[in-house]
Amino acid sequence: MATHAPSALTPAVSVLLQASGVDVTVAGRSLVAGLCLEVMAGEVVCLLGPNGAGKSLTLHTLAGLRPPANGHVQLCGRPFFDWSRRERALRLGLLTQVSEDPFPGTVMEAVLIGRHPHLDSWQWESGADREAARQALADCDLSGFESRELSTLSGGERRRVALAAVLAQDPDVLLLDEPQNHLDPRHQLAVLRLLRTRAEAGRSTVVSLHDASLAARFSDRALLLHGDGRWAFGPVSETITSTALSDIYGVRVSEVEIAGRRHFIND
Amino acid sequence: MRLDRRPGLVILLLVLGALLALLAAISVGSAGPSAGDLWPRLIDGSDPLASTIVMQLRLPRALTAFAVGGLLALAGVAMQVLLRNPLADPYVLGVSGGASVAALSAMLAGLSAVAVQSAAFGGALSATVLVFGLAHGQGGWTPTRLLLTGVVVAAGAGAMVSLLLAAGDPTALRGMVYWLMGDLSWAGSPVWLLLILAIAVPAGIVAARPLNVLARGDVQAQLLGVAVAPLRIGLFICSSLMTAATVTTVGAIGFVGLVVPHLIRLVVGSDHRRVIPAAALAGGILVTTADLLARTVLAPRQLPVGALTALVGVPLFLVLLRRAHTST
Repeated sequence: MATHAPSALTPAVSVLLQASGVDVTVAGRSLVAGLCLEVMAGEVVCLLGPNGAGKSLTLHTLAGLRPPANGHVQLCGRPFFDWSRRERALRLGLLTQVSEDPFPGTVMEAVLIGRHPHLDSWQWESGADREAARQALADCDLSGFESRELSTLSGGERRRVALAAVLAQDPDVLLLDEPQNHLDPRHQLAVLRLLRTRAEAGRSTVVSLHDASLAARFSDRALLLHGDGRWAFGPVSETITSTALSDIYGVRVSEVEIAGRRHFIND
Repeated sequence: MRLDRRPGLVILLLVLGALLALLAAISVGSAGPSAGDLWPRLIDGSDPLASTIVMQLRLPRALTAFAVGGLLALAGVAMQVLLRNPLADPYVLGVSGGASVAALSAMLAGLSAVAVQSAAFGGALSATVLVFGLAHGQGGWTPTRLLLTGVVVAAGAGAMVSLLLAAGDPTALRGMVYWLMGDLSWAGSPVWLLLILAIAVPAGIVAARPLNVLARGDVQAQLLGVAVAPLRIGLFICSSLMTAATVTTVGAIGFVGLVVPHLIRLVVGSDHRRVIPAAALAGGILVTTADLLARTVLAPRQLPVGALTALVGVPLFLVLLRRAHTST
C-alpha cells in the first residue's frame, strides 16, 4: 500500500468522529458524563471549560489514548479500535499540550515524524513527504526554519513546530489541545484561519481554547464542559453566551458587539 | 563541512576506520615479530609462530573487542530511547551489576573461567528480570519508573560488589578489579558476539523509524500508529541481551555505551537509520583501539580496557561537543 490521501479510503461519510454516551472520569471523579457528540466533515468544534474540567482528558479519550469509562467512540463510521493503528493515525491526529524533545534534532526532522503513518516500514521519506512537511511549516509561518536546531527555538516557535508536525500528518480529524499556548496574537489568529481553510477542504477539527471571543468567531459548534459531569454541545450562537460562560468559569462575563462580531469580556 | 549533510560519507569513513583499527590490532603486539616484519612473514608462510599469534590470539581478540564495542554502543542507543534519557547507558538498569555480583562470587569460589562467564550471564539475566518485574508490577511502565528501579537495583549490586571486594582473598583481588573494569584477556572465540552484532544492526535499522517516533514520547508514538508496548519491551529485552553477552565475555567496559551514541548524534543527527550503523562501527573502533593501547602501552603488562575507552573517548567527545556548540 503506497502513500495515499486518507479520505480516498474512507467512503463518503459526513460524520467523521462520533462519541456516544462517553464518560470521562479521573481518580473516581466524573468530569464528563454521557457525552454524545458528532463532528461532521468540514467543521470546527471548539472545546471550552475551566482548568481541570476534563478538556485534555476528553480529547485524549476521543483520540483513543485512554479507554472511555463508559460509552464508545466511532471514527469515520467504524468503532475506533476496529481500525488498525496505522489507519487510525491516518484519520485522526492529536496535538498534545506538552511535547518532549529529549534529543537534539532539527525542525525538519521533528515535522517529518508526522509522516510516519504514511510510510511503509522500509520506506524513507519521499520528496512528497518533504513537500508536505515544508507546506505544514509554511502554514505555521516557519518557512526557512527547516534546519534550525529545536533547542534554539522560542516557546511559541516550538509550539508551532509541534502544530506543523500534526498538520504534516494530515489526518481527517485533528484534535488540538490548547494550540494557542505561547502564541502571540498574530499567530493565534493564523492558527484559527488555518483551521477554517482545513474545514473548507472537508477536514474537521476539535480545538480546546480559552478565548471565548475567538472560539465564537472561528468555530461552527462548541462543547462546553462544567467539570462536574455536565456538558453542553451545540451551535456557537446558542452555546457560547455570556450566561453559559459566567456559569462555567465562575466569573461575570459580558457580551459586546464590535463590527458585527461578538466579544466576551470578563468583568 | 557539515557532516550531518553527508551521512553516507560518515559511514564510509567509519568503515575505513574500523578496517584500519582491526588491521592495527592484528599487526601490533608485545610478542612475535615487529609490525613491519609481520605481514611479509605471514604471506610467505615462513614463520609458523607469527601466524599462530595472529590467527589464534590477536585476530579473535581484535574481533571480540570490535563486536563488544558495537554491541555496547547499540545497547546504549536502545536504552537512551527506551528511557528517553540522554544519560542512560547499557548498565543503567543493573545488567552489569547483576553480572558483576555473580562473576565475582564465582571468582571468589575459585571457579574456572567458563564457570565465571556462565555465572555472569546468569547474574545479568536475573538482574534484568528483577528490574523488569519490579518496574512492571503495578501496570505503570513509565521511563521514570523503569529508570528508578534500575538505578536502585544497580546501587544494591554495587554495594554487594564492594562487600565481595572487601571480603575477598587479596590474591584474587587483581583479577576481580580487572574484570570490573573490563578485561579482554578472558575472551575466547568472537563468533557468537559477531553473530549477535550481525543480527542486531540490520534489526535496528528496520526498527529505526519507529524508534525516531518513540524518541519523541510514548503518547506521540501511539498517536502516530506505533505499537508502543511491544516496541518498548523488545528494546528492553534486546538491549539487555546484548549487554549481557558483552559483560559475560569481557566484564563491564564503561563509557562506550554512554558516549558513542551521543558522539554519533553530534555528527550524523538524530535519525536512528543513520545513528544505528554509525554507532555500531564507532563503538567497535573505540574498543578495538582502546584494547590495542591496553595491551601495548605498558607491554608486557596489560591495562584495564575500560579505563582506556574512557581515556580515548573523553577528549574526543569533549572536542566534538565543543565544535557542535560553536557551529550553531
